[in-house]
Amino acid sequence: MKGSLIIVGFFILGIAAGLSGMVPESIIDGDLTFYALCALLLCVGIGIGSDRNIVTKFKSLDVRMALLPLGTALGTFAGSLVVSFILSGRSPLDCLAVGSGFGYYSLSSIFITEYKGAELGTIALLANIIREMVTLLLSPVLAKVFGPLAPISSGGVTSMDTTLPIIMASSGEQYSAVSIFHGFILDFSIPFLVTFWCTL
Amino acid sequence: MFTVISFMLGGVVIGALLRKRDCSWTSKAITVLIWLLLFLLGVEVGGNTKIIAALPVLGLDALAISVASILGSCVCAWLLWRYIQKRRKA
Repeated sequence: MKGSLIIVGFFILGIAAGLSGMVPESIIDGDLTFYALCALLLCVGIGIGSDRNIVTKFKSLDVRMALLPLGTALGTFAGSLVVSFILSGRSPLDCLAVGSGFGYYSLSSIFITEYKGAELGTIALLANIIREMVTLLLSPVLAKVFGPLAPISSGGVTSMDTTLPIIMASSGEQYSAVSIFHGFILDFSIPFLVTFWCTL
Repeated sequence: MFTVISFMLGGVVIGALLRKRDCSWTSKAITVLIWLLLFLLGVEVGGNTKIIAALPVLGLDALAISVASILGSCVCAWLLWRYIQKRRKA
């Protein structure tokens, strides 16, 4: 929670700096963002590649539970697609790209800004923050209405860390392995999916 | 555009090679880089009067997309759960 607030804080700080006109144009227009993004993805990759425990944790899962990330992705795409017909300013591809963040508001907004501009990037930021918040607040309700896998699906990527505690409380501790696996698979797929929808 | 993804894949390879070493510095690096990038995104948004003016609309768009995505995911989760239950009982 504290980590999320700090990240949003930097975003707001940036807005304040941008509004004040203090930041020189050269920083915004330059390649700093691109280099930082590459460095970020490099670190994300190293973090994934160096994790020794991941494979052993996953071997204990019921095979059909492993379909959950696919279900989350398909459900998200279906929802995003349908809503794009209602939203006048947003194309279906825009909405699909935003949805593909699966709650990872920092990475998805950064990617989408790079490909499609700051406006859609801001929507992606807000939409994925909302996704994480809704999961944190409504997991017990979701579990009652849609079953124990629903809070995991709702959390998207965050099911492996930020929303894991509330998921375990709402669905049961036995779902921790599915939850982490689910988040991990989506985490890995986000760069591909967002890029896919943005470059179509 | 695919340069960025190849950095991630390259990182995975490097990480796999570095398994014997301690790679915990990556989470701190990731956090700091995210702070920087979100700050820069904020600067870009703040300097763009059109976006600032449209922020309420953007917020509504974001709410619509997130609610629709969550509902879609929950329905699929429910369907998968039902499917797993059936197989268990049979």
